[in-house]
Amino acid sequence: MTYMDKSIKEIHEALVNKEVTPEELIKESLSKCHVLQEKCNAFVTILDNAKKMEVTDNLLSGIPYGVKDNYSTKGVLSTGSSNTLKDYVPFFTATSITNLEKAGAIMVGKTVMDEFGMGGTGTTGHTGIVRNPWDLNRMCAGSSSGSAASVSAGVYPYATGSDTGDSIRKPAAYCGIVGYKPTYGMISRYGLFPFASSLDHCGALARCVEDVAIVVDAMKGIDKNDMTSWDSSNIHLYDSLNGNVKGTKLCYIKEICDINNYPNASLELKEHLHNFMNKLKECQSLGIEVEEVSVDKTLLNALASVYVVISCAEATSNMSNLTGIIFGPRGEGNNYIEMMKDYRTKGFSPLIKRRFVIGSYVLQSQNKDRYFHNAQRVRRLLVNEWNKLFEKYDAVILPVGSGPAKTFDDTSNMLDKNTTILEEHLQIGNFGGFPSITIPSGFINNLPVGLNITGKCYDDEKVLNIAYALENKFGYKGQIAKEVKENEI
Amino acid sequence: MKYKALIGLEMHCEISETNTKVFSGAKNSYSDIPNSNIRPVDMGFPGTLPVVNKEAVRKALMASMILKCQQPEYMYFERKNYYYPDLPKGYQITQETKPIPVGIYGELKFDFEGQEKVVRINNIHLEEDAASTDHFGSYSTIDYNRAGVPLLELVTYPDMHSADEAVAFLEVMRSIYQYAGISEADSKKGQIRCDVNVSIMDIDKDETLPSNWGTKVEIKNVNSFGGVRDAINYEINRQIELKEDGTYDSMEQQTRRWDEELGETIYMRSKVDAIDYKYFVEPNIPKFKISDEWKEEIRKSIPSLANERKERYIKELELSEYDATILVKEKKVSDFFENVLKENIEPKVASNWISSIMLGNLNKLEKEISDIYLTPKMLADLINKVTKNEISIKQGKEALLQSLEEDKDPNQIISDLGIKQIGSIDEIEKIVLEVLTEQPNAINQYQEGKTNIIDFLVGQVMKKTKGRANPSATYDLLKKKLEGK
Repeated sequence: MTYMDKSIKEIHEALVNKEVTPEELIKESLSKCHVLQEKCNAFVTILDNAKKMEVTDNLLSGIPYGVKDNYSTKGVLSTGSSNTLKDYVPFFTATSITNLEKAGAIMVGKTVMDEFGMGGTGTTGHTGIVRNPWDLNRMCAGSSSGSAASVSAGVYPYATGSDTGDSIRKPAAYCGIVGYKPTYGMISRYGLFPFASSLDHCGALARCVEDVAIVVDAMKGIDKNDMTSWDSSNIHLYDSLNGNVKGTKLCYIKEICDINNYPNASLELKEHLHNFMNKLKECQSLGIEVEEVSVDKTLLNALASVYVVISCAEATSNMSNLTGIIFGPRGEGNNYIEMMKDYRTKGFSPLIKRRFVIGSYVLQSQNKDRYFHNAQRVRRLLVNEWNKLFEKYDAVILPVGSGPAKTFDDTSNMLDKNTTILEEHLQIGNFGGFPSITIPSGFINNLPVGLNITGKCYDDEKVLNIAYALENKFGYKGQIAKEVKENEI
Repeated sequence: MKYKALIGLEMHCEISETNTKVFSGAKNSYSDIPNSNIRPVDMGFPGTLPVVNKEAVRKALMASMILKCQQPEYMYFERKNYYYPDLPKGYQITQETKPIPVGIYGELKFDFEGQEKVVRINNIHLEEDAASTDHFGSYSTIDYNRAGVPLLELVTYPDMHSADEAVAFLEVMRSIYQYAGISEADSKKGQIRCDVNVSIMDIDKDETLPSNWGTKVEIKNVNSFGGVRDAINYEINRQIELKEDGTYDSMEQQTRRWDEELGETIYMRSKVDAIDYKYFVEPNIPKFKISDEWKEEIRKSIPSLANERKERYIKELELSEYDATILVKEKKVSDFFENVLKENIEPKVASNWISSIMLGNLNKLEKEISDIYLTPKMLADLINKVTKNEISIKQGKEALLQSLEEDKDPNQIISDLGIKQIGSIDEIEKIVLEVLTEQPNAINQYQEGKTNIIDFLVGQVMKKTKGRANPSATYDLLKKKLEGK
């Protein structure tokens, strides 16, 4: 009998009924961690000495989980998957992780990510690439790659993630699980290594909507250490899941979903959009109204550049604390400039350095208005556009990405400019701080794909409830990666 | 003199009167133990976030109001990005002029050499201080106690024309910061630091037209008022020499630094090499509204400043302008004075003791009023002993000096020494009679009209009593006896 492939509620019941003990759960989870590590390289650290927690009324008590390695965890190596912090052991814990600890949750692993959350492939972490448990030749996407891989492999029921562009919601889709980032500021960012502060969100990955609701209920809360956090004590995500969605109004965007936008569409893309349209029909069968809307294509086309400009600008500043002077392996040199240069040159991957160059360039006084300020203006326009949609619709429903997970050697789709909007539209959820959740929506070539539901700020209960209803209808709840399952992890 | 100097100041003053730092929960307090007042955010550990200290904002807004600046509707902070080991995050959280900081476009009026001087303020903004570094030959040390201490930066227009004017401005500002309870403004603790802008122009040209101004030279990091005076004078002379040489026009806009030991300004960089700080709005601090109610509340809570106190001392307490000026120059002195008054001491008497006697002694001893053991109550008790003739004024003064020197209560000093003035008439009369018996000649001389012989007789009484007899009572008594009354 295994438990780590079950839902939180099922595991909790087993604990309460004394069918299993927290020690046994830790043992099961750790053993699965090690097996997965061999196959997929999902972990920076596996906590072999994880301590048991008492079983209480709290649904999370006594249950193992994973933490993305950009969460600061006291006494436990926290690298952000970067060589710049390869030996960094913090002396304070992120607020949201402290909240999970208070709930009695047991951290068993720190998961690999794209370096500091930059990148969407799971290939840039300092400990190597993360493989997709559904197909080891494919990526998990990123940056919460290790979290997505481990949850989909049934190592534990959930893991924390962070999402600056789509870093929770895209890997969730590619790994056939649920990924949710709540409204900006609902979960404190204190202790989350920053990438782009105005876009960074904490969130969770799990195998069903109920589980992400339970986890985020525990992680969230106003925090005196994060001025952007707010009081959400009147929001009860798990309690408000009732599956009642009759009369709910959803919209999808023609310029993103219509196959005619993609003249060179691959077979996978065609299937993906076809599947999405079929899923919309299933929505309607639940009494949900679904309408097609149109958004200015010029605005949508600007989306990816806006993200690059804002996220790189904030990132280059946020990571200026990484000098190797106070923490991190100190660089060599005859003066502080040489020391910082040496540390940063050796520590960062080329991808990050490229982003720093972009970030510095767009903030230079002669470029700032043209790039940075314009990007902020377009960000505002896009957010306004989405807010207008939310006046009429409860949420926007869209397909995630242009198909299933990419193979490591396939770069064709990534270079296909036509599908940029499809690949990047989840970033609007970060621009506006909107609650946004990805759920599995089917399979293409035996690989999972997902769709996303995004609502207006503070409407998290509604967004989750829609996802909950769709999940029940679609029937991909609680699935474990097949590849791994066949090999009996 | 063919030239006129235009001087602008950037005055940085730490806000010392808050419990915690400006964006961190660490204690805002000067400490000799390095790295004792720090939190993770002060060292830029990954994942830490700034949290604005409302009290620091309140004090900054108060300074803005005192300087008659406009206050913003919404408060924003910005990041100023640059690398330096004393800047743990790699950026400083500060404010720029757009969006507007805690204050823009104000003025400061003050007396300078008997005339009213107006210096226009471009802006005042709230920011965080950097860590402090010490350099030793092959290595440097960093102390993060200062990192994150709230700092007010005040930027003036180039409205001053001499080093004296600039220093007078700084003194008035220091007094404002002290009186308003914003800062101790102690340059010895490094709480005040200045950047000085100096240019010269032909004296006969119209200075209201910026096109007539000379080339601006910025002198960085001048850390004392004396340094400001010397740096300005040095720089004016240096620029005049360039004018006389005919090389002034080829001088580029530049930044120099003041070398205190050499007494020279030294070239650092030209405007062309100015650092691009890549400012952008700090995303971790949401903009917040400064409500009219809060502004009003702050405005009402502005304490009375030096000038108001001075006026009150002159009008209500009937002190001379000279004394009042001395008393209000430093808030701690003025507070001491007011606390002595609370012990029911006559204002003029208290003023005398403090402004001439106590401050004179402190000056001699090179001590600050903040360093002394003497309390207003102790001084009041001492003054009372003198006015009640229990001790002589001379003894009082000596006890005060000793108290300041040795950090003791002057009243204790007096009782330890058994000093007590003989005040009772009966006791004095006994001695007066003794003296008169011993000095028949003196009586004769007095009666012959040589009335100043009485001073000799007073001296004799004093000699017998070892100075403990009350001199004026002795004088009165002698006179009475000599005139046979």
